[in-house]
Amino acid sequence: MKFRAKINDVGCLNHFTRVLNTITKLTKTCVLRLTVDNVYFVLSGKVANGGVSMWCELLQVNFFDEYQLEGVSSEANEICLEVAPENLSRALKTAQNAKSVKIKLTKKHCPCLTLAAELVSIYLPPLKTMKSVVDRMKNLSNYLVVEANLNGEMNLKIETDLVSVTTHFRDLGNPPWGDNAVQSQSRDVETMAHARVDIRKLQQFLMGQQVNPNKSMCTRLSQHTETRCSDLQTGVKSTTYISMWAKQRRWLLTSGEHRVTTLHSPSTTPL
Amino acid sequence: MPLSTQSQSGNDEYILVASLDNARNLSNILKAISFKDHAIFNVTQNGLKVTIEDSKCLQANAFIQADIFQEFTLKEDVVGFQVNLTVLLDCLTIFGGSTVPGVNTALRMCYNGYGYPLTLFLEEGGVVTVCKINTQEPEELIDFDFCSTNVTNKVILQSDSLKEAFSELDMTSEVLQLTMSPSHPYFRLSTFGNSGNAHYDYPKDSDMMELFQCTKTQTNRYKMSLLKPSTKALALSCKVSVRTDGRGFLSLQYLVRNDDGQICFVEYYCCPDEEVESNE
Repeated sequence: MKFRAKINDVGCLNHFTRVLNTITKLTKTCVLRLTVDNVYFVLSGKVANGGVSMWCELLQVNFFDEYQLEGVSSEANEICLEVAPENLSRALKTAQNAKSVKIKLTKKHCPCLTLAAELVSIYLPPLKTMKSVVDRMKNLSNYLVVEANLNGEMNLKIETDLVSVTTHFRDLGNPPWGDNAVQSQSRDVETMAHARVDIRKLQQFLMGQQVNPNKSMCTRLSQHTETRCSDLQTGVKSTTYISMWAKQRRWLLTSGEHRVTTLHSPSTTPL
Repeated sequence: MPLSTQSQSGNDEYILVASLDNARNLSNILKAISFKDHAIFNVTQNGLKVTIEDSKCLQANAFIQADIFQEFTLKEDVVGFQVNLTVLLDCLTIFGGSTVPGVNTALRMCYNGYGYPLTLFLEEGGVVTVCKINTQEPEELIDFDFCSTNVTNKVILQSDSLKEAFSELDMTSEVLQLTMSPSHPYFRLSTFGNSGNAHYDYPKDSDMMELFQCTKTQTNRYKMSLLKPSTKALALSCKVSVRTDGRGFLSLQYLVRNDDGQICFVEYYCCPDEEVESNE
């Protein structure tokens, strides 16, 4: 079974989040049924106890820019999961200012739904210093790892057989808007989000910025890479990407993080 | 030895700790001998000696005395290791190689002994970089057996006079010929290139000549490719001593002043390419 979907549009993301917020208010758990055309949130069978019954059907094309599904079998090309909508809702809440959100079905210890959203934004250090360091690092390695947290700390790291070099930037400051404000409540400010970057691309980006620093630009710099797994109970795992862009004339590094909502095993019988 | 097998250790376990307020006082002089990757460090209570060799015919040494460092602590009599000099220089200049007045990179260099990486802590403007450079077992150094008692000819020149000559050297010439003599031409550099022969003469009473002690006429040729890198050391220096011994071996010693005006030395030893007896 496979499922991958992506929301690129902020309006769609907000709408999807509002739907989930509503569902969260109605029930603690429900069934998420994914088919090729639709996403269903279903709650049934509680009528006998005087509870709520719910059927929510969403046309996936109205929300997702990318949507790939491989169901249980070719005859039953769908996936059913029992979810706690509150987990999904909380994860989406932090992504409200995200440029995009990716959702996919993964399996580590148990089946999980993972979400990617931007969670850490940090102001970059003076580009001149960063450029000097990156120029030298390029002589030593093809890739570097960028780490950043909500405590205004950023590290650039390379490691090869010959040498390891880590540059620590402090007191950079984090922009006050959106994800950061929410995240600082639910996320340890010292936890680093990190991503592996091709140094040449980073170097090109830095060279370009010195020419026209007021241009608003978003450059996606790296692929998703697997990182540490924290808190196995709630299944929170972080995998990141970073974007560098200009907002209000200050350079920002923004990284994304997957959030995992642990779910029960997919049901084999479609509803 | 891969970095993963080299363990971390606390401050008190370092057998060598050397600190500089200005990392350029180390990086500049190391650049003067950086024509090959492998550099052998030999550390004693006197300070640091860094050696680079080429083809068993050339050896360059940079000496940085202990008192150049703001802190120099060595827990053993002698410590030796080999590192990649290019990597070391990239680390020492991590914040950029430019000389902006008043802005310095501070350096703390630490070493734990055999099998451990050379650890550098560099700081500039509140930004800290930590580098761990893999070390290897030091290769055995050539002993050129050049001693002052065997010196036949010696001159000390102000570097400025030689800088122009060295920067103009005809690189199509395979050799650099050196003639030293108590009589004319006294001190002559010659090249034999595609466009012809070139000679640079330095008379013994020239202003640039600080010392002239030549006992016998000697003409020796040295491979241009071996000596050309010494131009870097020449560029940094204010004075150079040129000595040859009975075998025609060449010793070049450069007096270098660092950013703070302190004196360090760089020396090059070179074997002759062939011996030419001349009675000019």
